[in-house]
Amino acid sequence: MSNQETETTHVSFRDVKSKYKGIFAWIFSTDHKRVGLLYLYSIVSFFVVGVLLGAAMKLELMSPGKTIMDPQAYNAIFTLHGVIMIFLVVVPGLPAVFGNFFLPIMIGAKDVAFPKLNLLSWWVYVVGALVALSALFAGGGPPDTGWTFYAPYSFKTNTNMLPAVLGAFILGFSSILTGINFIVTIHRLRAPGMSWFRLPLFPWTLYGTAWIQILATPIVGITLLMIVGERLFNIGFFDPALGGDPILYQHLFWIYSHPAVYIMILPAMGVISEIIPTFANKSIFGYKAIVISTLAIAFVGYFVWGHHMFTSGMSGTALYTFSFLTFLVAIPSAIKVFNWVGTLHKASIQLEAPFFWAASFLFVFMIGGLSGLALGALATNVHLHDTAFVVAHFHFIVFGGVGFAFMGAIHYWFPKMWGRMYNTRVATTGWIFFFIGFNTLYLPMFFLGIDGMPRRYYDYVERFHGPNIVSTIGSWVMIAGIIIILVNLIRGAKYGPITTNKNPWGGKTLEWEVDSPPTLENFEEIPVIDRSPYDYR
Amino acid sequence: MENNNESHIVPYKTYGIILSVLIVLTLISVAVTRIELASLTVFVAILLAAVKSSFVLIYFMHLKFDNKLLKALVAAVFILIALVMVVTFLDYNYR
Amino acid sequence: MNQTMTLSHDLHRDDEASKIGMWLFIFTELLLFAGLFIVYGVYRYLNPVAFHLAAEELSVTVGTYNTIILLVSSATMAMASTAIRLKNKGMTLLLLGITLFIAFMFMVNKFFEWKGKFGHGIFPGSDDLLRLGHGDTLFFGLYFFMTGLHALHIIVGFVLITIVAVRVNNNTLTADNPVLLDNSGLYWHLVDLIWIFLFPLFYLIT
Repeated sequence: MSNQETETTHVSFRDVKSKYKGIFAWIFSTDHKRVGLLYLYSIVSFFVVGVLLGAAMKLELMSPGKTIMDPQAYNAIFTLHGVIMIFLVVVPGLPAVFGNFFLPIMIGAKDVAFPKLNLLSWWVYVVGALVALSALFAGGGPPDTGWTFYAPYSFKTNTNMLPAVLGAFILGFSSILTGINFIVTIHRLRAPGMSWFRLPLFPWTLYGTAWIQILATPIVGITLLMIVGERLFNIGFFDPALGGDPILYQHLFWIYSHPAVYIMILPAMGVISEIIPTFANKSIFGYKAIVISTLAIAFVGYFVWGHHMFTSGMSGTALYTFSFLTFLVAIPSAIKVFNWVGTLHKASIQLEAPFFWAASFLFVFMIGGLSGLALGALATNVHLHDTAFVVAHFHFIVFGGVGFAFMGAIHYWFPKMWGRMYNTRVATTGWIFFFIGFNTLYLPMFFLGIDGMPRRYYDYVERFHGPNIVSTIGSWVMIAGIIIILVNLIRGAKYGPITTNKNPWGGKTLEWEVDSPPTLENFEEIPVIDRSPYDYR
Repeated sequence: MENNNESHIVPYKTYGIILSVLIVLTLISVAVTRIELASLTVFVAILLAAVKSSFVLIYFMHLKFDNKLLKALVAAVFILIALVMVVTFLDYNYR
Repeated sequence: MNQTMTLSHDLHRDDEASKIGMWLFIFTELLLFAGLFIVYGVYRYLNPVAFHLAAEELSVTVGTYNTIILLVSSATMAMASTAIRLKNKGMTLLLLGITLFIAFMFMVNKFFEWKGKFGHGIFPGSDDLLRLGHGDTLFFGLYFFMTGLHALHIIVGFVLITIVAVRVNNNTLTADNPVLLDNSGLYWHLVDLIWIFLFPLFYLIT
């Protein structure tokens, strides 16, 4: 309301003068908000590339036989789609963009604990991305192993494995640096009075995530280094011909890559835990239960990696243990869903774009989560392993979970980040297209998988034709939705009406008390916290 | 947030004593593994390494004088590593 | 528009935060080596006899000697933290110098140890190694990979301690801001810590 007068004295972080000019004022800035936006622009660019690769695969699968590409090209494209989407988009996604931008503000700090390290982590990310993508252009052709780089094929194939593997290794460093920064920030820089149980839920999930980033990423780092060693020096770690055990590679790879799923989904859960109370205008139901379930997921999630390997020939004891732990880790996720639904109970709900994303998150996350139990059970897994069912499952979790939360987050925090507003009607239209397209794209794959269609083949038998056509059409509808959303957001950021209200949605967390967009150091004066973060009434 | 820049100054002598203990433990572990203890050899060697590393963590790395939180975290990380090894061996041990 | 970019990022120094950050980094290093220890454990379990015999190829004397000098360097590094707090610049530099010298000696020993192995035709992918069989291939593969990665850490530590020594020498690192020295020390002890486990696993358990 009184923004008119404050605008003259308060300078947005975008307009702050720096010793660098133009783009250099951004790529050398240690301001956490600028670093967050740098990540946003890089990640959205890679996301678009990933989507196009995915669309190409769906086009190939529209009819049996060769449609637009040969098998080798298809193998390369699903590998690149996986590498880009996992390592460049989803793993850094929410923490690096919204974590960087909002974590310090939400805990009442002026910046993260190590601002220079923060900027370095973005640079490391860019270098890692360039190294990984150089695999496309140098001789040998793009890698064709799938994003899992399974041994022994990953050191036998003649394609460009080294840049892809080294790129993933470097990206791991970026992830670790972000994790270190966030943990120290949350430990040391909380505003006075913000006890652990007054910490908002998005920072809580970032805290859990950061621990996984620190403790799991090194394992994949060393595993990828071993692959490099295999290729360069023929050491024999995972080569059965030299006495190595390829299943050990799978163990090491999934010791990281399963917790990585929780690196992806925990911050998404945090975003949903922010959006739902704001739009329900009601205090979150079971705050402590959500916090404890976050930490429980982070811990138990470290010990379920074997459920990716049920058909690999592991011992029976390991199979039972991993299956049991997989069912165990579903419990805290279900607790969260229960709490979100409980928050909505008897609430007066504002129906706005961010809420649509959050509500549809619940829908797709439930489908993804429950289909995960079908895969976590030993008997059904044997039938479903390596089928389209698995692809549908992890897209419902990773794309449905993280993607919907990301879209929700950007629509929720948009007025704070840009100080302008997007067109809400177009935003809702975009969501409708995306939601319908998403379900049309991935739901048929569950049925195809149960019916026996394997994943990672460019071809299939005639009887799978019908659902594949539906699925491909769904991909077009979803891409239409993505285009509508992107155009709307870019237009909003450039020409949208300037928001005069610091708190357009009526949120209670600290980011709604600072200017839109925030000033360089967010707060004139560090606030003193004397209430819980969701103190509605 | 208090900023405890001041920290406990450990006398040289303490480090000297810890160093001699570590060297003695090293020599013991060399001597012990020369004796054929069969399957116990591995166990004894790892045990001595664990004792030595505890000394390094507690004294050289200052954990004795750090706050409880850090102590708990370090312990937790070692427990985590041990758990991951145990879970991995649920496969290899029962194949 | 009168604010500038670097307004108060350096206004408050938080040594406790730096220390926690360093420890978190050490956790990642521990997990990095833990991955290799898992591989070692699995292959030792699968090839007990071959690992047993292959370990006898390595010289216990050289290993013990390297272990002891590395322990000494860890102690001198820790003592340097005390010396800087006692405002004894000369002593700090002397202790850092000894640490650097020992790091160098360690690398020299390692070099000759590796060179000897190469001379006997034992290196990753060599024909001699393939002839010896699976267990030996894996043992020496792990030996070169793990001690090599450890040596890389020694080199990084060497660079770090050199920077610290230079800064102590030109008085930009003093009793008022010893955190860089402390953190380099933590890193150096980590290098020692890992060697404490590498030594019995490769040299002693025969």
